[in-house]
Amino acid sequence: MSDRYELRFSGSGGQGMILAGIIMAEAASIYGTRNAAQSQSYGPESRGGASKAEVIISDQMIDYPKATAIDCMLAMTQEACTKYHGDVKEGGILLVDSDEVKVLPTGKFRLLKYPITGAARDELGKTIVANIISLGMITELTGVVTHEAIEKAVLSRVPAAFLDLNKKALQIGFERAKTLK
Amino acid sequence: MADRKKKFLQGNEACVEGALYAGCKFFAGYPITPSTEVAEGLSVRLPKIGGKFIQMEDEIGGIAAAIGGSLAGLKSMTATSGPGFSLKQECLGYACLAEIPLVIVNVMRGGPSTGYPTGPSQSDIMQAKWGTHGDHPAISVTPAYVQEILTETVRAFNLAERFRTPVVVLYDEIVGHMREPITIPAPGDLEIIDRMRPDCKPEDYLPYDDKYEVAPLAPFGAGYRFHVTGLNHKQDGFPTNDSKQIGANNERIMAKIENHKEEIWKNDELMLDDAEVAVFTIGSTARSARFAVLEARKAGIKAGLIRPLTIWPFPDKAVRELAKRVKAIIVPELNLGQMILEVERVSGATCEVVGVNRVDGEPITPMQILDAIKKYK
Repeated sequence: MSDRYELRFSGSGGQGMILAGIIMAEAASIYGTRNAAQSQSYGPESRGGASKAEVIISDQMIDYPKATAIDCMLAMTQEACTKYHGDVKEGGILLVDSDEVKVLPTGKFRLLKYPITGAARDELGKTIVANIISLGMITELTGVVTHEAIEKAVLSRVPAAFLDLNKKALQIGFERAKTLK
Repeated sequence: MADRKKKFLQGNEACVEGALYAGCKFFAGYPITPSTEVAEGLSVRLPKIGGKFIQMEDEIGGIAAAIGGSLAGLKSMTATSGPGFSLKQECLGYACLAEIPLVIVNVMRGGPSTGYPTGPSQSDIMQAKWGTHGDHPAISVTPAYVQEILTETVRAFNLAERFRTPVVVLYDEIVGHMREPITIPAPGDLEIIDRMRPDCKPEDYLPYDDKYEVAPLAPFGAGYRFHVTGLNHKQDGFPTNDSKQIGANNERIMAKIENHKEEIWKNDELMLDDAEVAVFTIGSTARSARFAVLEARKAGIKAGLIRPLTIWPFPDKAVRELAKRVKAIIVPELNLGQMILEVERVSGATCEVVGVNRVDGEPITPMQILDAIKKYK
Protein backbone atom coordinates (compact mmCIF):
# COMPACT_ATOMS: atom_id res chain seq x y z
CA MET A 1 0.00 0.00 0.00
CA SER A 2 1.41 3.33 -1.08
CA ASP A 3 0.74 5.12 2.18
CA ARG A 4 2.93 2.72 4.16
CA TYR A 5 6.46 3.74 5.03
CA GLU A 6 8.39 0.65 6.08
CA LEU A 7 11.57 0.48 8.16
CA ARG A 8 13.60 -2.48 9.34
CA PHE A 9 16.28 -2.32 12.06
CA SER A 10 18.47 -5.41 12.06
CA GLY A 11 21.53 -6.58 13.89
CA SER A 12 22.43 -8.99 16.61
CA GLY A 13 20.41 -9.65 19.77
CA GLY A 14 21.46 -7.15 22.47
CA GLN A 15 22.35 -4.33 20.05
CA GLY A 16 19.13 -2.47 20.78
CA MET A 17 17.46 -2.99 17.42
CA ILE A 18 14.04 -3.58 18.97
CA LEU A 19 14.46 -0.49 21.15
CA ALA A 20 15.43 1.52 18.05
CA GLY A 21 12.24 0.32 16.36
CA ILE A 22 10.11 1.26 19.37
CA ILE A 23 11.67 4.73 19.55
CA MET A 24 11.11 5.36 15.83
CA ALA A 25 7.49 4.25 16.10
CA GLU A 26 6.92 6.44 19.18
CA ALA A 27 8.49 9.40 17.40
CA ALA A 28 5.93 8.95 14.62
CA SER A 29 2.83 8.14 16.65
CA ILE A 30 3.21 9.63 20.12
CA TYR A 31 5.52 12.62 19.45
CA GLY A 32 4.33 12.99 15.86
CA THR A 33 0.87 12.90 14.35
CA ARG A 34 1.01 9.68 12.36
CA ASN A 35 0.08 6.08 13.05
CA ALA A 36 2.76 3.43 13.65
CA ALA A 37 3.08 -0.27 14.36
CA GLN A 38 6.23 -2.00 15.51
CA SER A 39 6.87 -5.71 15.39
CA GLN A 40 9.89 -7.89 15.83
CA SER A 41 11.37 -11.29 15.41
CA TYR A 42 14.19 -12.79 17.35
CA GLY A 43 15.67 -16.11 18.34
CA PRO A 44 15.38 -17.80 21.74
CA GLU A 45 18.70 -16.30 22.90
CA SER A 46 18.74 -12.83 24.55
CA ARG A 47 22.22 -12.03 23.17
CA GLY A 48 23.53 -12.87 19.73
CA GLY A 49 21.62 -14.35 16.79
CA ALA A 50 20.10 -12.20 14.08
CA SER A 51 17.37 -9.91 15.39
CA LYS A 52 15.10 -7.50 13.60
CA ALA A 53 12.48 -4.93 14.41
CA GLU A 54 10.11 -3.52 11.85
CA VAL A 55 8.20 -0.27 11.91
CA ILE A 56 5.32 0.65 9.65
CA ILE A 57 4.39 4.33 9.57
CA SER A 58 1.18 5.49 7.92
CA ASP A 59 -1.53 8.12 8.08
CA GLN A 60 -4.13 5.37 7.95
CA MET A 61 -5.00 2.35 10.05
CA ILE A 62 -2.17 -0.18 9.87
CA ASP A 63 -3.28 -3.72 9.27
CA TYR A 64 -0.35 -5.92 8.29
CA PRO A 65 2.38 -5.09 10.83
CA LYS A 66 5.28 -6.73 9.01
CA ALA A 67 7.43 -5.25 6.26
CA THR A 68 6.49 -6.03 2.66
CA ALA A 69 8.57 -3.56 0.61
CA ILE A 70 11.10 -1.76 2.76
CA ASP A 71 11.77 1.96 2.32
CA CYS A 72 14.72 2.03 4.71
CA MET A 73 16.69 -0.76 6.36
CA LEU A 74 19.54 -0.67 8.83
CA ALA A 75 21.98 -3.59 9.09
CA MET A 76 24.39 -3.58 12.01
CA THR A 77 25.91 -7.01 11.37
CA GLN A 78 26.94 -9.07 8.37
CA GLU A 79 24.56 -11.88 9.31
CA ALA A 80 21.57 -9.54 9.54
CA CYS A 81 22.51 -7.78 6.30
CA THR A 82 22.82 -11.01 4.36
CA LYS A 83 19.69 -12.52 5.88
CA TYR A 84 17.32 -9.56 5.72
CA HIS A 85 18.26 -7.17 2.87
CA GLY A 86 16.13 -8.97 0.28
CA ASP A 87 12.94 -7.04 1.12
CA VAL A 88 14.39 -3.57 0.50
CA LYS A 89 12.42 -2.07 -2.34
CA GLU A 90 13.77 -0.55 -5.52
CA GLY A 91 15.07 2.90 -4.70
CA GLY A 92 14.91 2.18 -0.95
CA ILE A 93 17.80 2.83 1.43
CA LEU A 94 20.05 0.16 2.92
CA LEU A 95 22.28 1.66 5.61
CA VAL A 96 25.03 -0.66 6.84
CA ASP A 97 27.56 -0.41 9.62
CA SER A 98 30.73 -0.58 7.53
CA ASP A 99 32.76 -1.76 10.55
CA GLU A 100 30.74 -4.98 10.53
CA VAL A 101 29.32 -5.47 7.06
CA LYS A 102 32.16 -6.30 4.70
CA VAL A 103 30.35 -8.36 2.08
CA LEU A 104 28.09 -5.76 0.53
CA PRO A 105 24.85 -6.86 -1.13
CA THR A 106 23.92 -5.62 -4.56
CA GLY A 107 20.48 -4.55 -5.67
CA LYS A 108 18.45 -1.67 -6.99
CA PHE A 109 18.51 0.08 -3.59
CA ARG A 110 20.71 2.93 -2.36
CA LEU A 111 23.50 1.36 -0.35
CA LEU A 112 24.92 3.71 2.28
CA LYS A 113 27.89 2.80 4.45
CA TYR A 114 29.05 4.34 7.69
CA PRO A 115 31.20 3.03 10.59
CA ILE A 116 28.37 3.45 13.12
CA THR A 117 29.72 1.27 15.94
CA GLY A 118 33.17 2.82 15.44
CA ALA A 119 31.75 6.33 15.83
CA ALA A 120 29.94 5.29 19.02
CA ARG A 121 33.14 3.78 20.44
CA ASP A 122 35.64 6.44 19.33
CA GLU A 123 33.59 9.58 19.86
CA LEU A 124 31.36 8.67 22.78
CA GLY A 125 33.27 5.81 24.39
CA LYS A 126 30.19 3.55 24.37
CA THR A 127 29.25 1.16 21.59
CA ILE A 128 25.85 0.76 23.27
CA VAL A 129 24.64 4.04 21.72
CA ALA A 130 25.30 2.89 18.15
CA ASN A 131 21.55 2.27 17.81
CA ILE A 132 20.82 5.90 18.76
CA ILE A 133 23.36 7.18 16.23
CA SER A 134 21.55 5.02 13.66
CA LEU A 135 18.22 6.58 14.60
CA GLY A 136 19.72 10.03 14.03
CA MET A 137 21.07 8.97 10.66
CA ILE A 138 17.79 7.40 9.53
CA THR A 139 15.80 10.43 10.64
CA GLU A 140 18.10 12.71 8.67
CA LEU A 141 18.16 10.45 5.60
CA THR A 142 14.45 9.72 5.36
CA GLY A 143 12.71 12.67 6.98
CA VAL A 144 9.98 10.23 8.03
CA VAL A 145 9.89 11.85 11.49
CA THR A 146 11.14 15.27 12.63
CA HIS A 147 14.35 15.89 14.59
CA GLU A 148 12.22 17.13 17.50
CA ALA A 149 10.02 14.04 17.56
CA ILE A 150 12.90 11.57 17.48
CA GLU A 151 14.73 13.51 20.20
CA LYS A 152 11.67 13.48 22.46
CA ALA A 153 11.17 9.78 21.80
CA VAL A 154 14.82 8.93 22.54
CA LEU A 155 14.94 10.97 25.73
CA SER A 156 11.72 9.45 27.06
CA ARG A 157 13.12 5.93 26.67
CA VAL A 158 16.62 6.27 28.16
CA PRO A 159 17.65 6.45 31.83
CA ALA A 160 18.04 9.99 33.23
CA ALA A 161 21.79 9.58 33.80
CA PHE A 162 22.35 9.01 30.09
CA LEU A 163 20.29 11.83 28.57
CA ASP A 164 23.34 13.84 27.46
CA LEU A 165 25.10 10.84 25.99
CA ASN A 166 22.04 9.92 23.93
CA LYS A 167 21.47 13.52 22.83
CA LYS A 168 25.04 13.62 21.57
CA ALA A 169 24.64 10.27 19.82
CA LEU A 170 21.54 11.53 18.03
CA GLN A 171 23.36 14.72 16.94
CA ILE A 172 26.27 12.69 15.59
CA GLY A 173 23.72 10.67 13.61
CA PHE A 174 22.06 13.77 12.13
CA GLU A 175 25.43 15.24 11.11
CA ARG A 176 27.02 12.13 9.67
CA ALA A 177 23.96 11.31 7.59
CA LYS A 178 24.30 14.70 5.85
CA THR A 179 27.67 13.57 4.52
CA LEU A 180 26.02 10.51 2.95
CA LYS A 181 23.17 12.32 1.21
CA MET B 1 -11.84 16.06 32.38
CA ALA B 2 -11.52 12.34 31.89
CA ASP B 3 -7.96 11.14 31.76
CA ARG B 4 -7.39 9.13 28.60
CA LYS B 5 -3.70 8.55 28.11
CA LYS B 6 -2.26 7.70 24.71
CA LYS B 7 0.51 5.16 25.07
CA PHE B 8 2.64 3.11 22.73
CA LEU B 9 2.20 -0.40 24.09
CA GLN B 10 2.87 -4.01 23.34
CA GLY B 11 -0.11 -6.35 23.04
CA ASN B 12 0.80 -8.13 26.26
CA GLU B 13 1.12 -4.78 28.04
CA ALA B 14 -2.36 -3.86 26.79
CA CYS B 15 -3.59 -7.12 28.31
CA VAL B 16 -2.21 -5.95 31.67
CA GLU B 17 -4.02 -2.60 31.26
CA GLY B 18 -7.24 -4.43 30.39
CA ALA B 19 -7.01 -6.74 33.39
CA LEU B 20 -6.44 -3.83 35.76
CA TYR B 21 -9.24 -1.81 34.17
CA ALA B 22 -11.60 -4.77 34.63
CA GLY B 23 -10.72 -4.94 38.33
CA CYS B 24 -8.36 -7.92 38.37
CA LYS B 25 -6.82 -8.16 41.84
CA PHE B 26 -5.11 -11.54 41.70
CA PHE B 27 -2.73 -13.10 39.20
CA ALA B 28 -1.06 -16.47 39.57
CA GLY B 29 1.01 -18.04 36.85
CA TYR B 30 4.28 -19.23 35.53
CA PRO B 31 6.20 -17.22 32.92
CA ILE B 32 6.44 -18.63 29.41
CA THR B 33 7.28 -17.05 26.05
CA PRO B 34 5.45 -15.34 24.37
CA SER B 35 3.09 -14.46 27.24
CA THR B 36 5.67 -13.53 29.91
CA GLU B 37 5.09 -9.76 29.68
CA VAL B 38 1.55 -10.24 31.01
CA ALA B 39 2.89 -11.78 34.23
CA GLU B 40 5.78 -9.33 34.35
CA GLY B 41 3.49 -6.31 34.03
CA LEU B 42 1.04 -7.52 36.65
CA SER B 43 3.86 -8.38 39.07
CA VAL B 44 4.78 -4.68 39.02
CA ARG B 45 1.29 -3.20 38.97
CA LEU B 46 -0.87 -5.42 41.20
CA PRO B 47 1.00 -4.83 44.49
CA LYS B 48 0.63 -1.06 43.96
CA ILE B 49 -3.18 -1.28 43.98
CA GLY B 50 -3.53 -3.73 46.84
CA GLY B 51 -3.67 -6.76 44.56
CA LYS B 52 -1.59 -9.90 44.77
CA PHE B 53 0.79 -11.49 42.28
CA ILE B 54 2.22 -14.93 42.80
CA GLN B 55 4.58 -16.90 40.61
CA MET B 56 3.72 -20.54 41.20
CA GLU B 57 5.85 -23.64 40.79
CA ASP B 58 4.38 -24.39 37.38
CA GLU B 59 1.45 -23.65 35.08
CA ILE B 60 -0.86 -26.05 36.89
CA GLY B 61 -0.17 -24.31 40.18
CA GLY B 62 -0.81 -21.00 38.42
CA ILE B 63 -4.37 -21.75 37.33
CA ALA B 64 -5.13 -23.64 40.56
CA ALA B 65 -4.13 -20.59 42.61
CA ALA B 66 -6.14 -18.30 40.34
CA ILE B 67 -9.19 -20.51 40.92
CA GLY B 68 -8.60 -20.11 44.65
CA GLY B 69 -8.24 -16.36 44.30
CA SER B 70 -11.52 -16.15 42.45
CA LEU B 71 -13.33 -18.28 45.03
CA ALA B 72 -12.03 -15.90 47.68
CA GLY B 73 -13.85 -13.15 45.81
CA LEU B 74 -11.15 -11.49 43.72
CA LYS B 75 -11.24 -11.18 39.95
CA SER B 76 -8.42 -13.53 39.00
CA MET B 77 -6.31 -14.30 35.98
CA THR B 78 -3.54 -16.52 34.72
CA ALA B 79 -1.57 -16.23 31.49
CA THR B 80 0.38 -18.75 29.47
CA SER B 81 1.37 -20.05 26.04
CA GLY B 82 1.18 -23.37 24.16
CA PRO B 83 2.67 -26.05 26.44
CA GLY B 84 1.49 -24.14 29.51
CA PHE B 85 -2.04 -24.08 28.13
CA SER B 86 -1.89 -27.87 27.84
CA LEU B 87 -0.93 -28.12 31.51
CA LYS B 88 -3.81 -25.89 32.56
CA GLN B 89 -6.50 -27.98 30.89
CA GLU B 90 -7.40 -30.11 33.90
CA CYS B 91 -8.05 -27.06 36.05
CA LEU B 92 -9.87 -25.34 33.19
CA GLY B 93 -12.42 -28.16 33.25
CA TYR B 94 -12.60 -27.91 37.02
CA ALA B 95 -13.46 -24.20 36.75
CA CYS B 96 -16.14 -25.02 34.14
CA LEU B 97 -17.89 -27.56 36.36
CA ALA B 98 -17.32 -25.76 39.65
CA GLU B 99 -18.49 -22.55 37.89
CA ILE B 100 -15.62 -20.32 38.90
CA PRO B 101 -15.13 -17.02 37.07
CA LEU B 102 -11.60 -16.86 35.69
CA VAL B 103 -9.66 -15.35 32.81
CA ILE B 104 -6.97 -17.43 31.09
CA VAL B 105 -4.77 -15.70 28.56
CA ASN B 106 -3.14 -17.95 25.96
CA VAL B 107 -0.65 -16.21 23.68
CA MET B 108 -0.31 -18.79 20.91
CA ARG B 109 3.12 -19.93 19.79
CA GLY B 110 4.27 -22.66 17.42
CA GLY B 111 3.52 -26.22 18.51
CA PRO B 112 3.00 -29.07 19.11
CA SER B 113 4.90 -29.63 22.35
CA THR B 114 7.51 -26.98 23.19
CA GLY B 115 7.46 -26.22 19.46
CA TYR B 116 8.67 -22.78 18.43
CA PRO B 117 8.56 -20.46 21.47
CA THR B 118 9.22 -17.16 19.67
CA GLY B 119 7.17 -17.91 16.56
CA PRO B 120 3.48 -17.08 16.02
CA SER B 121 0.74 -19.66 15.67
CA GLN B 122 -3.02 -20.04 15.85
CA SER B 123 -2.97 -23.74 16.53
CA ASP B 124 -4.70 -23.70 19.92
CA ILE B 125 -8.10 -22.68 18.57
CA MET B 126 -9.61 -26.14 18.98
CA GLN B 127 -7.76 -26.69 22.26
CA ALA B 128 -9.42 -23.59 23.67
CA LYS B 129 -12.73 -25.39 23.24
CA TRP B 130 -11.90 -29.08 23.50
CA GLY B 131 -8.64 -29.15 25.47
CA THR B 132 -10.26 -30.26 28.69
CA HIS B 133 -12.29 -33.44 28.83
CA GLY B 134 -16.01 -33.78 29.16
CA ASP B 135 -18.84 -31.68 27.79
CA HIS B 136 -18.29 -28.18 29.01
CA PRO B 137 -19.10 -24.61 28.09
CA ALA B 138 -16.37 -22.60 26.34
CA ILE B 139 -15.94 -18.91 25.73
CA SER B 140 -12.89 -17.56 23.89
CA VAL B 141 -12.27 -14.02 22.72
CA THR B 142 -9.85 -13.28 19.89
CA PRO B 143 -8.41 -9.75 19.66
CA ALA B 144 -6.32 -8.68 16.64
CA TYR B 145 -5.17 -5.17 17.55
CA VAL B 146 -3.29 -3.89 20.59
CA GLN B 147 -6.19 -1.61 21.58
CA GLU B 148 -8.50 -4.58 21.20
CA ILE B 149 -6.41 -6.74 23.55
CA LEU B 150 -7.24 -4.19 26.24
CA THR B 151 -10.96 -4.06 25.48
CA GLU B 152 -11.30 -7.81 24.91
CA THR B 153 -9.51 -8.59 28.17
CA VAL B 154 -12.10 -6.39 29.89
CA ARG B 155 -14.86 -8.22 28.02
CA ALA B 156 -13.37 -11.57 29.04
CA PHE B 157 -13.58 -10.59 32.71
CA ASN B 158 -17.13 -9.38 32.20
CA LEU B 159 -18.19 -12.64 30.56
CA ALA B 160 -16.43 -14.70 33.25
CA GLU B 161 -18.21 -12.79 36.00
CA ARG B 162 -21.56 -12.69 34.23
CA PHE B 163 -21.64 -16.43 33.49
CA ARG B 164 -19.48 -17.79 36.37
CA THR B 165 -17.20 -19.57 33.94
CA PRO B 166 -13.59 -19.52 32.72
CA VAL B 167 -12.98 -17.36 29.64
CA VAL B 168 -9.95 -17.73 27.38
CA VAL B 169 -8.31 -14.68 25.79
CA LEU B 170 -6.69 -16.13 22.69
CA TYR B 171 -4.19 -14.24 20.56
CA ASP B 172 -1.02 -15.05 18.66
CA GLU B 173 2.59 -14.05 19.28
CA ILE B 174 2.51 -11.32 16.63
CA VAL B 175 -0.35 -9.44 18.26
CA GLY B 176 1.08 -10.17 21.73
CA HIS B 177 4.50 -8.77 20.98
CA MET B 178 3.79 -5.99 18.50
CA ARG B 179 3.35 -2.41 19.61
CA GLU B 180 0.80 0.20 18.58
CA PRO B 181 -0.41 3.49 19.99
CA ILE B 182 -3.45 2.91 22.19
CA THR B 183 -5.71 4.98 24.38
CA ILE B 184 -6.18 3.88 27.97
CA PRO B 185 -9.90 4.31 28.67
CA ALA B 186 -10.99 6.51 31.55
CA PRO B 187 -13.04 4.99 34.38
CA GLY B 188 -16.61 4.64 33.16
CA ASP B 189 -15.71 4.42 29.44
CA LEU B 190 -16.12 0.63 29.41
CA GLU B 191 -18.79 -1.41 31.16
CA ILE B 192 -17.54 -3.48 34.10
CA ILE B 193 -19.57 -6.47 35.29
CA ASP B 194 -19.14 -8.01 38.75
CA ARG B 195 -20.41 -11.44 39.75
CA MET B 196 -23.68 -11.66 41.57
CA ARG B 197 -23.24 -12.09 45.33
CA PRO B 198 -25.82 -13.81 47.56
CA ASP B 199 -28.11 -11.69 49.70
CA CYS B 200 -29.61 -14.63 51.59
CA LYS B 201 -28.61 -15.79 55.06
CA PRO B 202 -25.44 -17.93 55.03
CA GLU B 203 -27.37 -20.99 56.24
CA ASP B 204 -29.78 -20.69 53.28
CA TYR B 205 -27.05 -20.34 50.66
CA LEU B 206 -26.79 -22.86 47.80
CA PRO B 207 -23.72 -22.25 45.59
CA TYR B 208 -25.42 -24.08 42.68
CA ASP B 209 -28.99 -23.02 43.33
CA ASP B 210 -30.92 -24.13 40.25
CA LYS B 211 -33.57 -21.49 40.56
CA TYR B 212 -30.93 -19.31 38.88
CA GLU B 213 -29.41 -19.80 35.45
CA VAL B 214 -26.19 -18.49 37.01
CA ALA B 215 -26.29 -18.68 40.80
CA PRO B 216 -24.77 -15.96 43.01
CA LEU B 217 -21.25 -16.75 44.19
CA ALA B 218 -20.25 -16.04 47.77
CA PRO B 219 -16.61 -15.17 48.52
CA PHE B 220 -14.91 -17.65 50.81
CA GLY B 221 -14.22 -16.08 54.15
CA ALA B 222 -17.39 -13.98 54.21
CA GLY B 223 -19.35 -16.37 56.40
CA TYR B 224 -20.86 -18.53 53.67
CA ARG B 225 -19.66 -22.11 54.08
CA PHE B 226 -19.96 -24.25 50.97
CA HIS B 227 -18.39 -27.17 49.21
CA VAL B 228 -16.56 -26.96 45.86
CA THR B 229 -15.65 -30.07 43.92
CA GLY B 230 -14.78 -31.31 40.45
CA LEU B 231 -17.26 -34.15 40.95
CA ASN B 232 -20.79 -33.81 39.66
CA HIS B 233 -22.60 -32.14 42.51
CA LYS B 234 -25.91 -31.18 44.03
CA GLN B 235 -27.09 -27.62 44.49
CA ASP B 236 -25.24 -27.43 47.82
CA GLY B 237 -21.96 -28.35 46.09
CA PHE B 238 -21.57 -31.84 47.59
CA PRO B 239 -20.97 -34.79 45.22
CA THR B 240 -23.91 -36.81 44.03
CA ASN B 241 -24.59 -40.09 42.19
CA ASP B 242 -28.14 -39.09 41.44
CA SER B 243 -28.49 -39.28 37.65
CA LYS B 244 -31.31 -36.75 37.57
CA GLN B 245 -29.22 -34.12 39.32
CA ILE B 246 -26.09 -34.95 37.34
CA GLY B 247 -27.92 -34.61 34.03
CA ALA B 248 -29.70 -31.42 35.00
CA ASN B 249 -26.53 -29.73 36.19
CA ASN B 250 -24.48 -30.72 33.12
CA GLU B 251 -27.22 -29.41 30.86
CA ARG B 252 -27.56 -26.20 32.85
CA ILE B 253 -23.87 -25.26 32.63
CA MET B 254 -24.02 -25.67 28.85
CA ALA B 255 -27.34 -23.88 28.51
CA LYS B 256 -26.21 -20.84 30.49
CA ILE B 257 -23.82 -20.08 27.57
CA GLU B 258 -25.91 -21.52 24.67
CA ASN B 259 -28.95 -19.46 25.61
CA HIS B 260 -26.92 -16.25 25.57
CA LYS B 261 -24.82 -16.66 22.44
CA GLU B 262 -26.28 -13.51 20.94
CA GLU B 263 -24.79 -11.38 23.71
CA ILE B 264 -21.44 -13.24 23.66
CA TRP B 265 -20.91 -13.15 19.88
CA LYS B 266 -19.06 -10.19 18.45
CA ASN B 267 -17.98 -9.88 14.82
CA ASP B 268 -16.14 -7.14 13.00
CA GLU B 269 -17.19 -6.92 9.36
CA LEU B 270 -15.62 -5.15 6.40
CA MET B 271 -17.29 -4.70 3.01
CA LEU B 272 -19.51 -7.76 3.33
CA ASP B 273 -22.69 -6.20 1.95
CA ASP B 274 -22.00 -6.88 -1.72
CA ALA B 275 -19.16 -9.39 -1.21
CA GLU B 276 -18.91 -12.39 -3.50
CA VAL B 277 -15.94 -13.84 -1.67
CA ALA B 278 -15.49 -13.50 2.09
CA VAL B 279 -12.47 -14.05 4.32
CA PHE B 280 -13.09 -15.48 7.80
CA THR B 281 -10.18 -15.23 10.21
CA ILE B 282 -8.87 -13.95 13.55
CA GLY B 283 -5.85 -12.29 15.19
CA SER B 284 -2.80 -11.27 13.20
CA THR B 285 -4.11 -13.22 10.21
CA ALA B 286 -7.15 -10.94 10.16
CA ARG B 287 -4.79 -7.98 9.83
CA SER B 288 -3.24 -9.59 6.73
CA ALA B 289 -6.76 -10.35 5.50
CA ARG B 290 -7.87 -6.72 5.82
CA PHE B 291 -4.88 -5.66 3.72
CA ALA B 292 -5.74 -8.34 1.14
CA VAL B 293 -9.44 -7.42 0.98
CA LEU B 294 -8.66 -3.75 0.42
CA GLU B 295 -6.21 -4.67 -2.35
CA ALA B 296 -8.75 -7.03 -3.92
CA ARG B 297 -11.36 -4.24 -3.97
CA LYS B 298 -8.84 -2.00 -5.79
CA ALA B 299 -8.55 -4.75 -8.38
CA GLY B 300 -12.33 -4.82 -8.77
CA ILE B 301 -12.96 -8.03 -6.83
CA LYS B 302 -15.94 -7.95 -4.48
CA ALA B 303 -14.17 -9.24 -1.38
CA GLY B 304 -15.13 -8.81 2.26
CA LEU B 305 -13.92 -9.76 5.73
CA ILE B 306 -15.64 -11.25 8.75
CA ARG B 307 -13.49 -11.22 11.84
CA PRO B 308 -14.96 -12.87 14.94
CA LEU B 309 -13.89 -11.44 18.28
CA THR B 310 -15.65 -14.38 19.91
CA ILE B 311 -14.48 -17.65 18.36
CA TRP B 312 -16.21 -19.79 21.03
CA PRO B 313 -19.11 -20.15 21.05
CA PHE B 314 -18.62 -20.33 17.29
CA PRO B 315 -20.45 -17.58 15.36
CA ASP B 316 -22.81 -20.06 13.67
CA LYS B 317 -25.49 -17.58 12.76
CA ALA B 318 -23.25 -15.03 11.03
CA VAL B 319 -21.36 -17.68 9.05
CA ARG B 320 -24.56 -19.50 8.04
CA GLU B 321 -26.09 -16.29 6.69
CA LEU B 322 -22.86 -15.31 4.96
CA ALA B 323 -22.49 -18.70 3.28
CA LYS B 324 -25.87 -18.19 1.59
CA ARG B 325 -24.76 -15.04 -0.22
CA VAL B 326 -21.11 -15.58 -1.21
CA LYS B 327 -19.41 -17.88 -3.70
CA ALA B 328 -16.66 -18.79 -1.27
CA ILE B 329 -15.40 -18.31 2.25
CA ILE B 330 -11.62 -18.27 2.58
CA VAL B 331 -10.29 -19.31 5.99
CA PRO B 332 -6.65 -18.35 6.54
CA GLU B 333 -5.20 -19.59 9.83
CA LEU B 334 -1.75 -20.24 11.30
CA ASN B 335 -2.38 -23.98 11.65
CA LEU B 336 -3.22 -26.83 9.33
CA GLY B 337 -6.99 -26.36 9.40
CA GLN B 338 -8.98 -25.85 12.61
CA MET B 339 -11.45 -22.98 12.23
CA ILE B 340 -12.17 -24.21 8.73
CA LEU B 341 -13.82 -27.32 10.21
CA GLU B 342 -16.36 -25.11 11.95
CA VAL B 343 -16.91 -22.94 8.86
CA GLU B 344 -17.50 -26.10 6.81
CA ARG B 345 -19.84 -27.51 9.45
CA VAL B 346 -21.95 -24.38 9.51
CA SER B 347 -21.94 -23.50 5.82
CA GLY B 348 -22.68 -27.03 4.68
CA ALA B 349 -22.64 -27.18 0.89
CA THR B 350 -23.99 -23.65 0.39
CA CYS B 351 -20.62 -22.20 -0.68
CA GLU B 352 -17.03 -23.22 -1.27
CA VAL B 353 -14.77 -23.17 1.79
CA VAL B 354 -11.06 -22.79 1.16
CA GLY B 355 -8.17 -22.86 3.64
CA VAL B 356 -4.94 -20.87 3.59
CA ASN B 357 -2.54 -22.39 6.08
CA ARG B 358 0.96 -21.90 7.38
CA VAL B 359 2.91 -23.58 10.19
CA ASP B 360 6.51 -22.47 9.56
CA GLY B 361 6.56 -19.79 12.26
CA GLU B 362 6.01 -16.99 9.74
CA PRO B 363 2.80 -14.97 9.35
CA ILE B 364 0.33 -15.56 6.54
CA THR B 365 1.05 -12.61 4.24
CA PRO B 366 -1.58 -10.39 2.63
CA MET B 367 -0.37 -11.66 -0.75
CA GLN B 368 -1.11 -15.30 0.15
CA ILE B 369 -4.69 -14.34 1.01
CA LEU B 370 -4.98 -12.09 -2.04
CA ASP B 371 -3.92 -14.99 -4.27
CA ALA B 372 -6.70 -17.13 -2.78
CA ILE B 373 -9.24 -14.31 -3.28
CA LYS B 374 -8.20 -13.76 -6.91
CA LYS B 375 -9.41 -17.21 -7.87
CA TYR B 376 -12.94 -15.84 -7.44
CA LYS B 377 -12.54 -12.85 -9.72
